[in-house]
Amino acid sequence: MRFLVKKRLLLLALVFSTMLACACGNNHKASNLTVDKERIIIGFSQVGAESDWRYANTNSMKEALSLSNGYELIFDDGQQKQSNQITAIRKFIQQEVDYIVLAPVTESGWDTVLQEAKDANIPVILVDRMVDVKDDSLFTCWVGSDFELEAKKVTAWLKQYCDNEEINPEEVHIVNIQGNIGASAQIGRTKGIEDACKEYGWDLVDEVCGDFTQAKGREVMKEFLKQYDNINVVYCENDNEAFGAIEAIEDAGIKVGSDIKNGEIMVLSFDGVNKTALEYVKEGKISCIGECNPDHGPRVRSIIDTLHMGGKPEKLQYVNESLFVSGSNITSLIVDGQVYPITEITDEE
Amino acid sequence: MKKLSEKLRSLSDSNLLLTITVVVFFLMYIGAMIFEGGGFLKVQTFFNILNANAYLIILSCGMSIVMICGGIDISVGGVTALVCMSCAVYLDFHNGNVFVAVLLAIAIGLAFGLVQGFLVAYLDIQPFIVTLAGMFFARGMTTIVNTKPFNVENEAFVALKNARIEVPGMGYYNKAGNYVAAYVEIGVIVALIIVALMFFLLKKTKLGRAFYAVGGNAQSALMLGINVKRTRFLSQVLCGLLAGIGGFVYFLHVGSGASTHAAGAEMNAIASSIIGGTMLTGGVGNIIGTFFGVLSLATIQNIVSSAGLDQAWWTGITIAAMLCIFLIIQSVVIARKKKSVKK
Repeated sequence: MRFLVKKRLLLLALVFSTMLACACGNNHKASNLTVDKERIIIGFSQVGAESDWRYANTNSMKEALSLSNGYELIFDDGQQKQSNQITAIRKFIQQEVDYIVLAPVTESGWDTVLQEAKDANIPVILVDRMVDVKDDSLFTCWVGSDFELEAKKVTAWLKQYCDNEEINPEEVHIVNIQGNIGASAQIGRTKGIEDACKEYGWDLVDEVCGDFTQAKGREVMKEFLKQYDNINVVYCENDNEAFGAIEAIEDAGIKVGSDIKNGEIMVLSFDGVNKTALEYVKEGKISCIGECNPDHGPRVRSIIDTLHMGGKPEKLQYVNESLFVSGSNITSLIVDGQVYPITEITDEE
Repeated sequence: MKKLSEKLRSLSDSNLLLTITVVVFFLMYIGAMIFEGGGFLKVQTFFNILNANAYLIILSCGMSIVMICGGIDISVGGVTALVCMSCAVYLDFHNGNVFVAVLLAIAIGLAFGLVQGFLVAYLDIQPFIVTLAGMFFARGMTTIVNTKPFNVENEAFVALKNARIEVPGMGYYNKAGNYVAAYVEIGVIVALIIVALMFFLLKKTKLGRAFYAVGGNAQSALMLGINVKRTRFLSQVLCGLLAGIGGFVYFLHVGSGASTHAAGAEMNAIASSIIGGTMLTGGVGNIIGTFFGVLSLATIQNIVSSAGLDQAWWTGITIAAMLCIFLIIQSVVIARKKKSVKK
């Protein structure tokens, strides 16, 4: 009897494990097609899925590099950890993919693994954030946004608004809810607001990290409201943080809006990929959003096609971006001598 | 057939669970080789799994020991993060010495082990609660040591981090036609030494047997003349010490300090131990099983992500399924044991 149970047990284990192996095997018919020589195989190491922007970015890549377009995209979610992304790149090298697309979680610490990719002759295309490496040839191209320019545009809008409303610079008290410390978007946007405060004489009350998430944004704003009673502008480094901040402000019984002279708190934000965010702009809850265009897929695809034909694409490629506002009388902005358009969000859209 | 049946009958619970783990691991890996092909056929893929999980092997060894002794330690992930940040700050901001950094790591781990061990063994507080507090404390301290994540640029450390032990004859020719030698990192060697040491400790020493006895039944262990409190204390200290060493190995692999480092590592360590045949109820477990438990866990992660299943949660779901299967097997083993006792 005892022997029978044991035997059954072992059998059970075997059956389970083969099932597991089969399940894993079946779920990815795509990989079995690697035999197909025509198809270009791309390994994509994404940061994670922390915000709407990131989600839109992932989708843009998946759509542009889909199987039906003749590409095979191996997607890897790094879950906000550099070590995961490094592991993923090593795995791509072992799989001998044709191209590696990397959206790095932070800027530093990529030299070793990118050197390994270079040694394996696999071109690396960076999207969104930049890497800080000693040797520029470790990556082939970079596609992304000019975060500092986004910040300059938003602060220029605020400057213009204050001038129009005749608000003294000393009366502008700004708190900054920062993104993940060390991310390019955080570095650029923080630099933008710090520079602007110095230049225009605004009062930068405090800066605290909100991790680019709604929950943390709300928590940070709640703390701010407890600590300071003079805040009238909240500068959020992405829309999700802005949603959290708006919740916290409304919970405290204060109105959000542009009318800071009458006690409203103005919310400034970035990204503008989420419908709710644009809805908020229309309602006046968010006064101005600096667009951060997540649609990197088509650019990356054209880079890969160029490389595949033996061409040499441009090293740094910026995507076009606008500003989303509603109800202000500002129609265009001049930053660094260049005119930038403003997109008015109206009911027709 | 008769021979096999006799062999199976002679297996103890520990060995039966170990056999299952090892068989599952090999089936899974061979399955991956057949269905995935490509990367899994290269030895380096296996070495990469080892490189990235050397720290987890060490943490899991400590975890298995406390679990065998009937306890648990969920502070190991936090300790890892604290070790990384402290060593990073020491090396970069104070231009420290790598050797001293190793000592610092061991000291941090040992300190956690000593305090938690004292609270668990001598003040008789639930190990889960004690180490939960330890986890929060370690994570909090990490942020106090330094808030911003950063990469260490200390030259001696970077040289050590990039040191590779090449394994002859296992490399391959890549697409460009260059020979790429297979390599492991220093952390892997440390992990293998620890596995060997802990295996020896559990199998061959008095203390090792005491761990099993206390975890199996503390009352009987007491009657056998084993100092139960001291044994519990030592199991927690050992786990803390291994968390310190594992923390440094993790640090050596990632080369940076961040408060989010090794998030969830304690749960992976527990999962690996369970997959390796260690029972949460104590008294049953095996270090070799734990070693294969970590490898199984890491291989699943690798299979899922190689398959390009685009959502990260697939990894979690497969691990959950695997854990579930192993827990069922364990409970069947216990039921069988009870039955045979009745007979």
